[in-house]
Amino acid sequence: MPNLKDLKNRIASVKSTRKITKAMQMVAAAKLRRAQEAAEASRPYAERFNAVMAGLAASVGGSDTAPRLLAGTGEDKVHLLVVMTAERGLCGGFNSNIAKLAKQHAAKLLGQGKTVKIVTVGKKGRDQLKREYAKHFAGHVDLTEVKRVSYADAQGIARDVLNRFDAGEFDVATIFFSKFVNVVSQIPTAQQIIPATFDAPEVDSASLLYDYEPSEEAILADLLPRGVATQIFSALLENGASEQGARMSAMDNATRNAGEMIDKLTIQYNRSRQAVITNELIEIISGAEAL
Amino acid sequence: MAETMQFDLVSPERLLASMQVTQVQIPGADGDLTAMPDHAPLITTLRPGMLRVSGPQGEATYVVTGGFAEITGEGTSVLAEKAMPVSEATAADFDTLIGLATEAVAKAPADAKDAADKLVSDLQALRIEVGV
Repeated sequence: MPNLKDLKNRIASVKSTRKITKAMQMVAAAKLRRAQEAAEASRPYAERFNAVMAGLAASVGGSDTAPRLLAGTGEDKVHLLVVMTAERGLCGGFNSNIAKLAKQHAAKLLGQGKTVKIVTVGKKGRDQLKREYAKHFAGHVDLTEVKRVSYADAQGIARDVLNRFDAGEFDVATIFFSKFVNVVSQIPTAQQIIPATFDAPEVDSASLLYDYEPSEEAILADLLPRGVATQIFSALLENGASEQGARMSAMDNATRNAGEMIDKLTIQYNRSRQAVITNELIEIISGAEAL
Repeated sequence: MAETMQFDLVSPERLLASMQVTQVQIPGADGDLTAMPDHAPLITTLRPGMLRVSGPQGEATYVVTGGFAEITGEGTSVLAEKAMPVSEATAADFDTLIGLATEAVAKAPADAKDAADKLVSDLQALRIEVGV
């Protein structure tokens, strides 16, 4: 039986852990609200952008002069995986889930005899993928210093990806991130960004005949690189919200577990204390009887 | 009161303006144009410049770079990669933008050189116009 002092210390330590996890949960909740607001604020841009791009892509896509960002390089050999994870841990399965999806994807591509290159955003994903795929690493983007993701950060990543594409380093690029559904559910998602894919345009927007200035092709060539940045930006924001959501529910669980543990330890503590008292009483009584 | 149309100015990070206006002056890639209600549907890319809006609620001027404008009879949406009210534009913003554009000139292939050069001079002209 552990002695009373040990139990007391143990309870004190679990109590302070609970305080920390509780605080982390509340911080995550506050950050989640901000992240969600940011994600929502970016939605009008992304939606309209995609609507216009889808219309353009549909009208230009079929022609031979379609830009390479839309039509692809005509090959499907080298795949670039851009894996976006968090910079910090303690957020449940958030980072592992994204890394797992990326690993599955990489394994599948390698199985088909394709070349895989990996660029990671966020150090948790880098650490996890490095164990198996270190020789496929092509780069890492460090966002440790970034408190709040801005469009400029997304542009930086997009520039890096586009430079590699222009240099002919890969044929297909896919981003991995976690889609925020709600606090308890974030879905790891793979999304192909090069060649660009767009959801089918709505009928009413397609039926409107636009004049294009300059030409459709020129607009498309100008907008496609921006589209890459836009998609990366919304992925980053989704990821930010997902991370905080995952951390919030992970810390909520931790707080609850700590509470249960404290209850159990307290019962154990009280029982041992009682046992000690009973013991002492027995000793006194038997001592008195012996006289 | 003059006829109005819906005007939205959106940047990737937020919705900057959404209001009823009578006219919008847009710095299009092929030259400035003014959109008024019942304009023919048009999509144009933007060059760095000033976006002037006037409506019943008064006038507003924004600095926009990169992106496009979608004009229909009922309204105009401007999707700009970077957009801010002219009063908020700072010298540091221009420094970064011009720095990036100048870098791009150095890297641009021969056939894109003119466009890259034009971007730099557009930005410099805009900076003088804003006066920072």
